Amino acid sequence: MNREEFQQTQEAPYKPLTHTVSWLKKNLFSSWKNTLLTIVFGIISYLIVKNSIVWIFFSADWQVISANFRLLAVGQYPAAEVWRLWICLTLSSVLMGLSWGLWKGTVAHLTIAMVGMYTILGCLPFVMTETRIWLLVNVVVLVTAYVIGKNRPKLKKPLLIAWFLMFPVIVFLLSGFGVFNHVGTNLWGGFLLTLLISLVAIVFSFPLGLLLALGRRSKLPIVRWFSIGYIELIRGVPLITILFIAQLMLPLFMGHGIDINNVIRAMVGFTLFTAAYLAENIRGGLQSIPRGQFEAAESLGLNTAFKMTFIILPQALRAVIPAIVGLFIGIFKDTSLVAVVGLTDILGIGRNIISNPQFLGTQMEVFLFVALVFLIFCNMMSYASRRLEVALGVGKR
Amino acid sequence: MKKHLLALLSILLIFSVVLAGCSEEKAEETKSKSQLDIVKKRGKLVGGVNADIPGFGYVASDGSYSGMDVDITKAIAAAIFGDPDAVEYRPLSAEERFIAVQTGEVDVLARNTTYTTSRDASVGLAFAPVTFYDGQGMMVREDSGIKSLKDLQGTRIAVESGTTTELNLADQMRKLGVTYEPVVFDSQDAAIAAYEEGSVDGFTTDRSGLVSRRSTLAKPDEHFILSEVLSKEPLAPSVKDGDSKWVGVVTWTVYALIQAEEYGITQGNVDTFIDSEDPEIRRFLGVEGDLGEQLGLPKDFVVQIIKAVGNYGEVYNRHLGPDTVFDLDRGPNELWTNGGLMYSPPFR
Repeated sequence: MNREEFQQTQEAPYKPLTHTVSWLKKNLFSSWKNTLLTIVFGIISYLIVKNSIVWIFFSADWQVISANFRLLAVGQYPAAEVWRLWICLTLSSVLMGLSWGLWKGTVAHLTIAMVGMYTILGCLPFVMTETRIWLLVNVVVLVTAYVIGKNRPKLKKPLLIAWFLMFPVIVFLLSGFGVFNHVGTNLWGGFLLTLLISLVAIVFSFPLGLLLALGRRSKLPIVRWFSIGYIELIRGVPLITILFIAQLMLPLFMGHGIDINNVIRAMVGFTLFTAAYLAENIRGGLQSIPRGQFEAAESLGLNTAFKMTFIILPQALRAVIPAIVGLFIGIFKDTSLVAVVGLTDILGIGRNIISNPQFLGTQMEVFLFVALVFLIFCNMMSYASRRLEVALGVGKR
Repeated sequence: MKKHLLALLSILLIFSVVLAGCSEEKAEETKSKSQLDIVKKRGKLVGGVNADIPGFGYVASDGSYSGMDVDITKAIAAAIFGDPDAVEYRPLSAEERFIAVQTGEVDVLARNTTYTTSRDASVGLAFAPVTFYDGQGMMVREDSGIKSLKDLQGTRIAVESGTTTELNLADQMRKLGVTYEPVVFDSQDAAIAAYEEGSVDGFTTDRSGLVSRRSTLAKPDEHFILSEVLSKEPLAPSVKDGDSKWVGVVTWTVYALIQAEEYGITQGNVDTFIDSEDPEIRRFLGVEGDLGEQLGLPKDFVVQIIKAVGNYGEVYNRHLGPDTVFDLDRGPNELWTNGGLMYSPPFR
């Protein structure tokens, strides 16, 4: 099957339809061995596809997804407070739309993908009217912001600042902090929690990893030893162990009275873990920069901070974008490990849902849905990274 | 260089002493207090529950926790605060549940935990009375002709890894001299899937689990649960050891549920019993005497419990009884007056 697909993607798009038969002959039936392979894999693919379709459309009970859609999306976040999540989403839509108008390119593709997702979500038969209205509002907001952004190129800087302020604002809105009703992190769940944990890990591990990478190349011995020790220690331990230590050992060390929330503990664990790997990725980039660049920067009279910020890091980071995005995609998927330590991310809440006596035996449906969600988001991330590479000319310049 | 190192070391030493001092002070502060006072001060109970065992703990579509263990937690909250919703639930995995109790992260653990000697003695838990008598069972296909454990000679049996069920199965089969091939799965979902498609001959887990799993199979009637019980699995809520006041609260909450069923007091008719002439019932419901105050609870804590979740029989029927998919026979979980094991010491 692989072979067929590979060949199809290689040649199919450029041949006119009339050549189909000769194309088939050339690629699939060129010799008796190929013919045999084609027939065998054809039968296997047919069986797989047929059985999947029969299962998906006839025997699967998708009611478990429609009835628990809110749980899968936001976990046990109180229904009366869900409007706060919508506000968060709308705010991101505003920024997304503005960025679309200002930068176009990659952002445009991603934004269009988002609009598409909103539309598909809004058209699903089981979502509530309220959800539809909010989604519609989001689409409208996105497009309006796009139009505004297109005509005001001066907004670029404020927009970047706004993106950075977004995270504290979202956390503030989610938990309430005295202004709204407090919603404890124990109620944050579903895809919301998956997204939050991975966002925190990605955003906070970046500066940390950068410092560690620079620290490992530093001439100051304590800084260097500390960086090496930290990186090697964390890389020598599986992520699940770090999570268990954060969830189980930390409370024992901390003693009574000090109570760190278990969602925060997971976030810290993920951040520390990602930082160590990121540091090694960035160090790889730093090593790829020729000595001449350092010397050139120094001969211009730049001090270390300027040299790094303006000459070395931009080149080093550009070189390792694929590795870094690969790491981030890995972390995004690894967040499902928190289900093992009792947090209700999208996988964890899925496991809780299939324990509901009403939905016993629907694990296939739930797990497939979770897999689909991961598939969509991981693909979006890797698409964004590919576009970013093209835009920055990685491997060309 | 040496001097610097010495200075650094001494600074570290001072730091560690200060830190150690801090934690000891804190520990002493909390030691004198019962968990009950902490819970009361906090205004809500933190209950460690299981969120993925059908019938015992799961998340309903509206996002609320539900199940038999969850109802026990609600009963404790109702006893303390008169409000079954004054609970913060912490879903716990099997690995972290004991540490969560030891560190005081959860006040009470109501999470399908088997009451065993070592857990009582070395893990540092104090168990409340058993809320559900379970036992390990074995499910086989009706047409396989297997009628008892002895017939399992040479078969393949699915078990869940890392659980006591795996060890119990090995013990029992060794005792009977039966050789079999254990097929170990990471989760019950995988084990039951393998059983259903016929790659293994038998599936073993707790009998309550077997019944619930059987109800999800395509043709439940074609499967049969052997009458033999491989092990005793009394499931009980537990709290941290060494806090008799707090153990007392949890213990008597469970007994109150059982005693209420014995008196025939239900969620619906509890108000009519308050005017009862029976001195035992008057004492039980706190109309007379000071049982509640002795436990550190409100006088009418039993009334609050029953209003919140009903009596033991109601809790059982709501989650495992004939109206549910499980339709699990009460068996040993019947009241002692009906030939079961549920027995409450007198409230006096």
